[in-house]
Amino acid sequence: MAKSNQEGTTALQLVLAWGFVGIPLTLGVLQTLINAMKLFQ
Amino acid sequence: MSLLSFLDREHTVAKPGYSRWMVPPAALCVHLCIGQAYALSVFNLPMTKLIGITQSAPGDWKLTELGWIFSIAMVFLGGSAAVFGRWVEDGGPRRAMFTAALCWAGGFFLSAIGVYTHTLWLIYIGYGVLGGCGLGIGYISPVSTLIKWFPDRPGMATGMAIMGFGGGAFIASPLSVWLLGKFTTATHVGVAETFIVMGCIYFFFMIVGSIIVRVPAPGWKPQGYVAPATAAKLITKNDVFVYDALKTPQFWLIWWVLCLNVTAGIGVLGQASAMSQEMFPGHITPVAAAGFVGLMSLFNMGGRFFWASTSDYIGRRNTYFVFMVLGFALYCTVPYTGSVGSIVGFVCCFLIIISMYGGGFSTVPAYLKDMFGTRYVGAIHGMLLTAWSAAGIFGPVLVNYIREYNVTHGVPKAQAYNTTMYIMAGLLVIGFICNFLVKAVDARFHMKANDARTNEPGVAPAAARA
Repeated sequence: MAKSNQEGTTALQLVLAWGFVGIPLTLGVLQTLINAMKLFQ
Repeated sequence: MSLLSFLDREHTVAKPGYSRWMVPPAALCVHLCIGQAYALSVFNLPMTKLIGITQSAPGDWKLTELGWIFSIAMVFLGGSAAVFGRWVEDGGPRRAMFTAALCWAGGFFLSAIGVYTHTLWLIYIGYGVLGGCGLGIGYISPVSTLIKWFPDRPGMATGMAIMGFGGGAFIASPLSVWLLGKFTTATHVGVAETFIVMGCIYFFFMIVGSIIVRVPAPGWKPQGYVAPATAAKLITKNDVFVYDALKTPQFWLIWWVLCLNVTAGIGVLGQASAMSQEMFPGHITPVAAAGFVGLMSLFNMGGRFFWASTSDYIGRRNTYFVFMVLGFALYCTVPYTGSVGSIVGFVCCFLIIISMYGGGFSTVPAYLKDMFGTRYVGAIHGMLLTAWSAAGIFGPVLVNYIREYNVTHGVPKAQAYNTTMYIMAGLLVIGFICNFLVKAVDARFHMKANDARTNEPGVAPAAARA
């Protein structure tokens, strides 16, 4: 019973959650940076 | 447990041990998806060739007709955030995120049918109305939850989420181009299929966000956090009821501050490519201008996190003072950079301006929290977003029409934007005055300990918690 009242977040859950949003965002930002570099060419 | 009860606020309350750092990714799951709205223009050209395939044919939609899709979505963003704000606040973030996912994905599916049957009004209703409601509800859904989880850093917390809205286009744009490439053949433009796939992807992402989001238990505080014993002059410890906030001058002053800051930014954001090429003819090519627009988008996103986080240290009002004063100086400098041919100066001016445009969006939830308390901050924020809708009309109209007027009256194209820049600087002076007039909310608007209007179980007004 006591266990059901706990909801400990593990490090793995945090990594998965941040990776889930962070990886696509990072890829998108990198792609935009590559395109933005054309301003300096 | 039924689906409906799973969505209830009571089932979203975090149990001991839940890390608050799970909440920002939950918020980002929603904001990164709805941020696709900034990349809608990717579909403009393909949608003008649905019949002609390689080029527009008689019966194909015109760009001006397609432009209404985004405008309708923006109007419904502001409208739904204002109308459903209290419903979002009372029902909790999970129900709001789930609803936003249904609206947003549903909007894509309905639009796909509209493209397939070549019925434009179906896209207006799909992406514009239904998707616009998804935008509004999704945008405000995690705001008050984040502020409650991060009482020590409310600006940073909301900055992270709202940064996601600015970053959504970075994902949507290449994804849309890639999917269009996959589904387009020599005899068919694959917009409908792309909409269906994107609707599925966004639905999945937003549902994941709604599953992992939690609200803190009543009375929860971060470990080691001690609320300041003495209240700061512009940070209230009380709550103001959502509709009472509308009766305060502070709400309308902040409304104008946001509206003017956004008007100044949004006008140049949409015209950055053309403006840079016309102010530096022969020096900035269309390819370089596209790079400039990309760089501006990055600063728009980064500014959302940077300025909101900075506001935790220097205060919200001071942050807006920086926006107004620095913005004024930069807008006045832009014509000079054009006259001396300084591309570096021009680019730097606009990158800082656009970072403050993004910062204006992300700092305002914490500003509202400081003024009106945390209890109804999400709903009040929703009503304030009507300022965004208004700015979405003012900004482009100011830039486009003044440029047009100047060009038709013989002003060289390279100087056609100068008047606009000075008008934008003038708008920021008005914004400065509005911000200067913001004082603490009068105590008569504070909710009392036994206020019957609050119906959130387990959460009393701040006056009762104190």
